[in-house]
Amino acid sequence: MKERHMSFRFYQNKISINKKLRHINYVFIFLIMTVCSVGFMTLYSVENGNIDPLVSNQILRFFVGFIMMLIIATIDINFWIRWAYVIYGITILLLITVEITGSVNMGAQRWINLKFIQLQPSEIMKIALVLALARYFHWLNCYNVKRSLYLIPPLTMIIAPVILVFNQPDFGTAIVLTMTGGVIFFLVGVQIWKFITIIAFGLAAIPIIWNLMHKYQRQRIITFLDSESDITGSGYHIMQSKIAFGSGHIFGKGFLLGTQNHLNFLPEKQTDFIFTTFAEEWGIIGSTVLLLLYTMIIFYSYKMSLQACSQFARLIGLGLITSFFLYVFINIAMVTGLIPVVGIPLPLISYGGTSMITTLFAFGLILSVYIHRNVYISNNI
Amino acid sequence: MIRDNNRIKIIGRRALILGSGKLVILSVLIGRIYYLQILETDKYTMLAEANRINLHLLQPIRGKILDRNGTPMAINQQNYRLMILSKQVSNLSNILDNLANIISISDHDRIRIIHENKRQRGNTPIIVHENLSWEDIARIEINTPNIPGVIIDVSQTRNYPIERFGVHPLGYISAASVTDLLDSSDPLLKLPGFRIGKTGIERVYDLALRGKAGIKQVEINANGRIIRELRHDESKPGIDLNLTIDINLQQFVGQRLGNESAAVVVIDVNSGEILVMVSTPSFDPNIIIRGINYEEWNDLISNPRAPLTNKAIAGQYPPGSTFKLITALAALESGIIDKDKMIFCSGQMSLNNNIYHCWKKNGHGSLNLIDGIKNSCDVYFYEISRCIGFEKIAKMAKCFGLGTQTGIDLLEERAGIIPNREWKLSNLGKSWNQGETLISAIGQSYVLTTPLQLAVMTARIANDGYAVRPHLTRDIVDGVNTIPRPVPNWSNLGISKQSLAIVRRGMFAVVNDPGGTAYKSRIKDNEMIMSGKSGSSQVRRITLHERSIGIKKNKDLPWKDRDHALFVAYAPEIQPRFACCITIEHGGSGSTNAAPIARDILIEVQKRYLHQNINSTKTIQRNPNSHDSVMEDFIKKSSNDQNEIENFDIRERE
Repeated sequence: MKERHMSFRFYQNKISINKKLRHINYVFIFLIMTVCSVGFMTLYSVENGNIDPLVSNQILRFFVGFIMMLIIATIDINFWIRWAYVIYGITILLLITVEITGSVNMGAQRWINLKFIQLQPSEIMKIALVLALARYFHWLNCYNVKRSLYLIPPLTMIIAPVILVFNQPDFGTAIVLTMTGGVIFFLVGVQIWKFITIIAFGLAAIPIIWNLMHKYQRQRIITFLDSESDITGSGYHIMQSKIAFGSGHIFGKGFLLGTQNHLNFLPEKQTDFIFTTFAEEWGIIGSTVLLLLYTMIIFYSYKMSLQACSQFARLIGLGLITSFFLYVFINIAMVTGLIPVVGIPLPLISYGGTSMITTLFAFGLILSVYIHRNVYISNNI
Repeated sequence: MIRDNNRIKIIGRRALILGSGKLVILSVLIGRIYYLQILETDKYTMLAEANRINLHLLQPIRGKILDRNGTPMAINQQNYRLMILSKQVSNLSNILDNLANIISISDHDRIRIIHENKRQRGNTPIIVHENLSWEDIARIEINTPNIPGVIIDVSQTRNYPIERFGVHPLGYISAASVTDLLDSSDPLLKLPGFRIGKTGIERVYDLALRGKAGIKQVEINANGRIIRELRHDESKPGIDLNLTIDINLQQFVGQRLGNESAAVVVIDVNSGEILVMVSTPSFDPNIIIRGINYEEWNDLISNPRAPLTNKAIAGQYPPGSTFKLITALAALESGIIDKDKMIFCSGQMSLNNNIYHCWKKNGHGSLNLIDGIKNSCDVYFYEISRCIGFEKIAKMAKCFGLGTQTGIDLLEERAGIIPNREWKLSNLGKSWNQGETLISAIGQSYVLTTPLQLAVMTARIANDGYAVRPHLTRDIVDGVNTIPRPVPNWSNLGISKQSLAIVRRGMFAVVNDPGGTAYKSRIKDNEMIMSGKSGSSQVRRITLHERSIGIKKNKDLPWKDRDHALFVAYAPEIQPRFACCITIEHGGSGSTNAAPIARDILIEVQKRYLHQNINSTKTIQRNPNSHDSVMEDFIKKSSNDQNEIENFDIRERE
């Protein structure tokens, strides 16, 4: 039934700009704006009730990002498949540049200073990798997917940036890249036993990776394993974060009333640990509502992606939303003490330009996938 | 197209699996948040409060201690302290260097400060220097910019204006020791520089004197800076205590004792109030408050005359001949003798092939009980103790408060020893022999008493057999409150008035009859007449050899081997009011060395209080004394012959 429907599907390669705007999923836009507003509100509280500088900066970035998102949503999807490898290649070059000349920031090389904006190639790579993999698997038919030889190029595409990002060192992003790549492999139908094999190899490689790790990264893992043992030392962040959560209870301490937040007990409270600030002031009600908003964003992304007729579009949508999901999960699991502190922001909420811009960029692509759901993409570009 | 449909099928299925996986993971996150925010909320709420709120204890002002007339014995003075707030100091040794240019900081202090800084986590300041002078304060104030985190704070320190004359009953305060911290949950003890009572009244009534801490609750931020004050409860000062001690008398006695190692207790025979409790040598408790150094402390603890010990309650001495009063009472009460019982003293007495000597080598001849007491004839008491046995004597001694704690409000009190068969068997594992009855009856062998016990014993004899108990505070201290002391209603000891009158007659004779051992020390003022009993207790055995070559005089012996000189007395003879006990460690003879001190003290006491109807002399219910008229005759008679035998020198020796 479905197959029949699919075979008679009407491909529409030229869509007017009006029609494109009409096909924007406005519920999705509304969800994004709501979550961002929660972010502005929390930043307002972090700044003890001041708009400047955090909230105003963040709102400015949001508007820039939002307009960019709408522009990207309307760009023909064929553009992205055509330029996917180029974007990927440039991003790899940027990563290498960072590796060689990148300025030292926070003890890690992550930024390229372009005077007007500090560029973080690893953030771009999350999108570039999804684009490149989507293009590859769009080209690869489902029989060849089963053949291991054809999996070597995409594996290389994943491993190369992962090593570069890991070297920066940015543990969190490396994990997100690896897992996003893995999810795309999973979606295109790579056999389960291959995953099991790779995971088994990965586990076997843990001792080697351990030795390659920076001392502070090892310390973070050690701290995680026994976070409450030294509350003034390295476990301080996690402990203070848990205290903020726990003292929030059902309804929280109230907007602008979080003591952990306002008395500066919380670490990195406007960036990585912002969820803690929010949870302290809004309690379990607030944190659950925020998580539900994230869930709905993810749900709508799935819904939009799976309606696309091309493999490339589907993979972009699902790959990018997976990366988004991983960010949300890792960040919240980190601040609640479930996993080690890896330094990953909470998308749409944490203060920071690159994160906001790249997330909205990704959402622009997801919207584009939906708008161009009926656009045919050739296998031979 | 089929190929593409196949891809759609796969991706749809796998996306479903993936989406479900994500939902599960998000549920795990919600579960985790539920765990933290609902299940563990109490723990974390408490920790958040602990983060946010700092409690500062406000030190209460310690209660004053006053003497019976309201003269201060322990007061508080302002103490300017230099402190470092360690949280505001980044480089401690730098600050200390800067400070050292302004005031002197010893290496010892420096190490202590650095050590304390490492150890502590809260924001209790560290004391650098106490008792700053005005000059120091001025210099520090000028240099404030160079020494951030350094503050000057005013606190109260204890001061004892009477210095060394009051320290033994009064005690002193000092920093809480580790055991004090374990014993008490009072957070005050952890305050820097907080001191608690260590001995004497300061220790017994520490909780009442200490007061209650106030609390200041402040909100702080992560750097420990105070944001605002949330609560401020003032501290409650400790109560002021009035003692029964008379500071002037105390000082008089202290000076009268001079360099002797001695103890003196003066007690009101009716109320049990202690007017004087002196132990010499003494020390100035202010040096402990100021901070005693090692040498000074070492001097105090290594001094053989034990200045730190309150000898009046913790010194245990053989009572010597003063114990004969008890032996006499036991014999009289048992009915085997009356006051006319004649016993012949040849200077010695033999029992079971042992010879027991009287202090008078040639003997006293034939004497009755009163003469026996007056002359302190050992043989007389050997003989009567042999007849009644020591059990009855021991019982009488206990009845008069010997061998048990008197219950005075001091914790250092010791019980002394009144031996008997049972005691010897359980403590020494040996059976009692009859010879011990004889020497115990004259207050030697195992018998040990404290000066306070002897004073109480004398008081009980003087007040006609009422079980008066000593105390040091005017009011009863109950926990942290005081209750006015009720009119004393001591129980009767059940000793016949007649026996007591006979013993008192003997004590009268000791001082006032010519030939009495303390005749030289009598009080000639008829209103203040003193009665008493001397005692010289031997601290070493006299060997047969020594006896044969002649017993050495006390002054020829090394200090440690000399006899203890004792004298118990009461006055005035008619309606006695005051009893006292003088004990001079290794002071030689009681009659020559202790009795004159007793006389001087009792004169001084009576001068002040005999005609003063102060609350100390609430008279207890007692029957009109039938013997008073008899005594008055004696007094008249004896004061007539007092000039005849002025220079009667006597030295007693048991």
